[in-house]
Amino acid sequence: MSASRVSFPAAAALLMARDLRLAMRRAGDSLLPLGFFLVVTTLFPLSLDPELSLLRDIAPAALWVGALLSSLLALDLLFRDDGQDGALEQLALCGQPFAGLLLAKTAVHWLLTGLPLVLVAPLAATALGAPYAAMPGILAAVLLGTVALSLIGAVGAGLALSIRRNGPLLALLVLPLAVPVLIFGARATALAIQGEPVAAPLYLLGAIAVLSATLAPWALAAAVRIGLE
Amino acid sequence: MNDIEAEDLHLWRGDVQVLRGLTFVASGGECLQITGANGSGKTTLLRALCGLVPLEQGRIRWRGMDITADPSAYHSELAYLGHDNGLKGDLTATENLRFGLGLRRRITATDCAGALVRMGLAEHGDLPLRRLSAGQRRRVALARLSLTGAALWLLDEPAANLDAGGQQLLLQLLQAHVSTGCAAVVATHQLLELSDSPVRSVKLQ
Repeated sequence: MSASRVSFPAAAALLMARDLRLAMRRAGDSLLPLGFFLVVTTLFPLSLDPELSLLRDIAPAALWVGALLSSLLALDLLFRDDGQDGALEQLALCGQPFAGLLLAKTAVHWLLTGLPLVLVAPLAATALGAPYAAMPGILAAVLLGTVALSLIGAVGAGLALSIRRNGPLLALLVLPLAVPVLIFGARATALAIQGEPVAAPLYLLGAIAVLSATLAPWALAAAVRIGLE
Repeated sequence: MNDIEAEDLHLWRGDVQVLRGLTFVASGGECLQITGANGSGKTTLLRALCGLVPLEQGRIRWRGMDITADPSAYHSELAYLGHDNGLKGDLTATENLRFGLGLRRRITATDCAGALVRMGLAEHGDLPLRRLSAGQRRRVALARLSLTGAALWLLDEPAANLDAGGQQLLLQLLQAHVSTGCAAVVATHQLLELSDSPVRSVKLQ
């Protein structure tokens, strides 16, 4: 029996493949947040006067509150099953960098719940009256924003791991931390709809995403370790 | 030498002091069994030995080195089997072995198939784990354990849900493990009897 060690990139890739395969076998779980986002964003045009200027005014808020709540809904899926069936313990004890493995899991979580939001954001934005010229700016903002939301949310999910009914606590932990993403994301969307330069809020969103990617793995590993105690 | 040493372990869980100055050594080539009533701290002790639960006081050394000095290196040397198997119900037994072990070492399909055959699961490799019984799932977890190549096994009630045949397989696995000079610490209600290797027990109060 060859007992050759596996490199971290190979281990992370294998973990991502495992989580993607599990998600494919439970597609409903992954599609739920996307459905929620689409329903929430399309409810706004249905419940307001079909006046284009009014829809464009509320579009940034509708898009970003929808994205934030949808991302919160998806967070419950991130560690719940692995925590319950002991797989998280096995990850912590496999000898690979735990923070890196959790980052890999969070990356899969973004692929399954954040990326679909990015892909349907133009559809939701169109329903809210956003002009086509605004789509690149909106796409970039949602892309950076969902990355940051996944990373921030993962830390909250780690902290709430040991609590059985953790939904309300998760919301309390994550929503305040996600406020900057909401502010700059909505600002970028509003500027894009008005046809003005969106670089400033996009840079800030990018900075939040990079900062989250830098700090979140360590905070996440510490949070999950507390949950495993 | 594959020795794990626990020195003066103290641990509280809420208001209850679970470990009170516990000291022991489990040497390579022996199986140390931890016994005690429900709630006496067997699981907590094993989790502390893994490094999952921090100690209030005391030290744990593996091969003479404190386990907190280089946790990744220590974890790559140990295999832990807890109450939960750490297996995914939506994956097949073979996929569980491949994904579970693949994080630690290179593993081939032949390795996985051979381990499942040895555990009496030759026909079940392609079935989703949720369709197997609790005892069969435990056997899959034992198959994974047997392929880890870890020098230290920390097992929490490994015979749980196993039938007589499964318990025999567990004893054979333990015997083969310790006979190569590796160590095992096993929390159990019923003492396991290995035929050719020293077995010691520590009773928690």
